[in-house]
Amino acid sequence: MAETSLGHVDHTAPRPPGLRGFIADWSSDQRAFKGVSWGKAMMWIFLLSDTFIFGCFLLSYMTARMSTVVPWPNPSEVFALHLFGQNIPLILIAIMTFVLISSSGTMAMAVNFGYRRDRRKTAVLMLLTALLGATFVGMQAFEWTKLISEGVRPWENPWGAAQFGSTFFMITGFHGTHVTIGVIFLLIVARKVWRGDYETGERGFFTSRRGQYESVEIMGLYWHFVDLVWVFIFAFFYLW
Amino acid sequence: MVDVTPHGADLIPPAEVGEMELYHPHSWWTKYVFAQDAKVIAIQYSGTALAIGLVALVLSWLMRLQLGFPGTFDFITPEAYYQFMTMHGMIMVIYLLTALFLGGFGNYLIPLMVGARDMVFPYVNMLSYWIYLLAVLVLVASFFAPGGPTGAGWTLYPPQAILSGTPGGTGPGIILMLVSLILFIIGFTMGGLNYVVTVLQARTRGMTLMRLPLTVWGIFTATVMALLAFPALFVACVMMLFDRAIGSSFFMPAIVEMGEQSPHNGGSPIMFQHLFWFFGHPEVYIVALPAFGIVSDLISTHARKNIFGYRMMVWAIVGIGALSFVVWAHHMYVSGMHPYFGFFFATTTLIIAVPTAIKVYNWVLTLWRGDIHLTIPMLFALAFIVTFVNGGLTGLFLGNVVVDVPLSDTMFVVAHFHMVMGVAPILVVFGAIYHWYPKISGRMLNEFMGRFHFWVTFIGAYLIFFPMHYVGLVGVPRRYPELGDTAFIPPSVHTLNEFITVAALTVGFAQLVFLFNLFWSIRHGKKAGDNPWRATTLEWQTAGTPPPHGNFGKELPVVYRWAYDYSVPGAPEDFIAQNDPRPSTQGGHA
Repeated sequence: MAETSLGHVDHTAPRPPGLRGFIADWSSDQRAFKGVSWGKAMMWIFLLSDTFIFGCFLLSYMTARMSTVVPWPNPSEVFALHLFGQNIPLILIAIMTFVLISSSGTMAMAVNFGYRRDRRKTAVLMLLTALLGATFVGMQAFEWTKLISEGVRPWENPWGAAQFGSTFFMITGFHGTHVTIGVIFLLIVARKVWRGDYETGERGFFTSRRGQYESVEIMGLYWHFVDLVWVFIFAFFYLW
Repeated sequence: MVDVTPHGADLIPPAEVGEMELYHPHSWWTKYVFAQDAKVIAIQYSGTALAIGLVALVLSWLMRLQLGFPGTFDFITPEAYYQFMTMHGMIMVIYLLTALFLGGFGNYLIPLMVGARDMVFPYVNMLSYWIYLLAVLVLVASFFAPGGPTGAGWTLYPPQAILSGTPGGTGPGIILMLVSLILFIIGFTMGGLNYVVTVLQARTRGMTLMRLPLTVWGIFTATVMALLAFPALFVACVMMLFDRAIGSSFFMPAIVEMGEQSPHNGGSPIMFQHLFWFFGHPEVYIVALPAFGIVSDLISTHARKNIFGYRMMVWAIVGIGALSFVVWAHHMYVSGMHPYFGFFFATTTLIIAVPTAIKVYNWVLTLWRGDIHLTIPMLFALAFIVTFVNGGLTGLFLGNVVVDVPLSDTMFVVAHFHMVMGVAPILVVFGAIYHWYPKISGRMLNEFMGRFHFWVTFIGAYLIFFPMHYVGLVGVPRRYPELGDTAFIPPSVHTLNEFITVAALTVGFAQLVFLFNLFWSIRHGKKAGDNPWRATTLEWQTAGTPPPHGNFGKELPVVYRWAYDYSVPGAPEDFIAQNDPRPSTQGGHA
C-alpha cells in the first residue's frame, strides 16, 4: 500500500469497523479523521460550507419560481438551439453536461496516476480536465450571449417572470466562476506536477511550504463537487 | 470522564503526524505585519475589532444623546440617527464580537490550548485577517460616501433598505455595506476552516476531544456554525446587491416610491427575512458559545474547582449549536407567517432553554463551595452569569408568539438582546482579556483601573437596560429617533430616557479607562510570570511568556488529563497542569 499513501499521512494500526471505529476515532487523541491530511479535511469542510451557499441560491430560486404570479418561461423552448432545420431542446445544455461530466472522468484518472507517481500522465490528464472545464465555460458564455441577444436581462425577459433572468445569470454565473477558479488551479497544480515540484520538495511561492502529490487529489475533490453542483442546477433549473 | 489511570504515561499513543513545517519570519514585515503566526494574527484581529468597536461605542453615545435629549443636537437628524443605529448594530455583532471571539480569541487560544505549533494553514490564516481588514475599511469608507452609510437597520430589510427614503438606500451606502459583508464572510471562511481543522486534526498527543478546555469547544462549535450560517447571509447580500445595482427583483415587490412606480416587480421581501435570520439566529450563538466556553474556564480556574458536569457542558454547547439552526423564524412572528409555523418555531425556541439551563446550573454548581477568588476575570464571569440569566428570562417572553406580537419592535426587544447578546458576551470579552492579557503581554493589567472598569460597566449596564424593559413594556417603539408628544407615552419615559443616556455615557467613559489600561499596562503592569492564575491548560505551560514562535519548546507537550484538575485531594498543589505526567493520587480525573 506504500505507493497509495499520499503525503506525510501514515496509516497506523487497524481500526475497528463501523460505528465502533467511528467512536474510537472521535474519542482518540490528535486526529478525529484518521489518515486524513489537513489539506483534505479542510477541502471537505470548505465544500460543506459551499454546499450551503449553493443550497441557499437554489432554494431562493425555487421560492421565486413557485411564488411568482406570472408564467415562468419554458426551459425546453428557451434553451433550444436551431440546428439542422429544427429546434432541439436543451441540446447545448446536454453537451455542456456531457463535457463537464467527462472532465470529472479525466480528473479521476489524473488522481489515479497521481497515486502511481506518473508525472506525465497526471499532468496531461489535468490539462485535459482544465481544457474540458474551459470548454464548458466557453459554451456557457455562448449560452449567455444567445440569451442576452434574445432580450433576457436580470430585470426582464420576453417570455415571463423577471426572476427567470436574474436567477439564471446569478446561479449559472456563480457556478461558472467556480469552474473558472477550478481551471486556474488545475493549471497551477498541473504545472507543479509536470515540473516535478512534488518530488524535489520545491517550496510554494506564497506559502513557502513543500507541496505534496496530494494536491492532485484535493483538486479532484473540488472539481467533482463543482460537477455535482452542476447536476443539481441542471435538474432544478433546466429540467424542471 | 476518562478513567483514573495511575500510569497514564503508558497509555499515550505515539505521534501520528510529523512536526508541522513552520514558516519562520525573516524580517520585521513578515514578523509583525504580514505575519503567519496565529498569535500575531490574533492580536491584529483583536486590535482591528476593538478599534472599529470604539466607533460603534461613539455611535451609541450619539444615539443615546438624541433619545435622552431630543432636539438638542442639531447634527443628529433622523437620517443620521438611523445611520448611527445601523452601523452600531452591524459593527457590534459582526465586526466586533464575531471577529474578536473567533478571529481574536480563536487564533490565540486554539493552537495553544490544543497543543499545536500554529494553525494548520498559516498562510490562509494570514489572508483571513487581511480580507477582514479590507471589509472593515470598506465599512468605514461608507461613512465618507455621498449620502453616508446605510440607515436600514442592522437587519437591512428590503424593500426599504434600497429605496430612496432610507439613508444610503440609493447612494453608495448600502452597496458598500453589502460588499463589506461579502468580504467579511470570505475572510472569515478562510480563518474558520483553519480553526475547525486545527481542532479536529492537529491536537497534541493525549489531547482527546473530551479533554479539550471548554473554551476550545465553544469556539470550535461556533466556528462550525458560522461556516454553515454565513452562506445564507452571503447569498442574501449577493441577491440584494443585484437588486440594488443591476435592477433584478429578488426581494423587491412592485412598489410605488415617492409617487412613482419602481422598476421592480414580483420579488419577495419575506425571502430575505428567511435568509437573513437563517444566518441571524445562529449568529447569536456564534457570539454566545465562545462566551459560554470561556466563562466556564474562567469560573473553574478562579474558583479553584473542576467544572461541574464537563461532559454535559460539551453536549449542551453542541446541542445549542444544532438547535439554533431551527429557530430562526422566531424573529419573524410579525411577518404574517402561518400559525403552525409560529407554533413550531416557538417550541424549538423554548427547547433551547434546556441545554442553556444545564449550562447555567453547572456554572453555579462549579461555584458552589469553591475556593472563589474575586479576581477581575472572576468578577466579569459572575457578572456574565447573572446578566445572561436576566437576558434569557426576557427571551421566554419574546419566544412565545402571543407575547411577542405586542412586544415586537418595542424597546423591550432592544433591552432583551442587549442584555443577552450584547452585554453578556462583552462582559466575557473583558473577563477573557483580563485573564489572558498576562499571557499575551507578560504583564498584569492594572488592578485598580480594572476594578473601576468592572463595577462601572456592570452596574452601569443594568442602569441602562433594566429601565429600557419598562420603556418597552409601556409601548415605546424601537428605532424612533424621537417620541414627540405621543399621548400613550407617560412622562416617566422621558425622564428615564435622560437617565439611561447619563448612565450610557458613564459606562462609555469606563471603556476608555479600559483601553488606557490596555496600553498603560504593556509597560507599567506588574510582571506576570508564566502562570499567574495557576491554571491547568496548556497555554499557561509554554516555554516563555509571551509564548515564542512555535508556541512550545523543542517537544510538543503531551496531555495526561482533562483541563479541570483543580484542588485535587492529596495533590501537592491546588492544580495539576494538563501536561503533568504525575498520577493524581485520588479523586480527580486522569
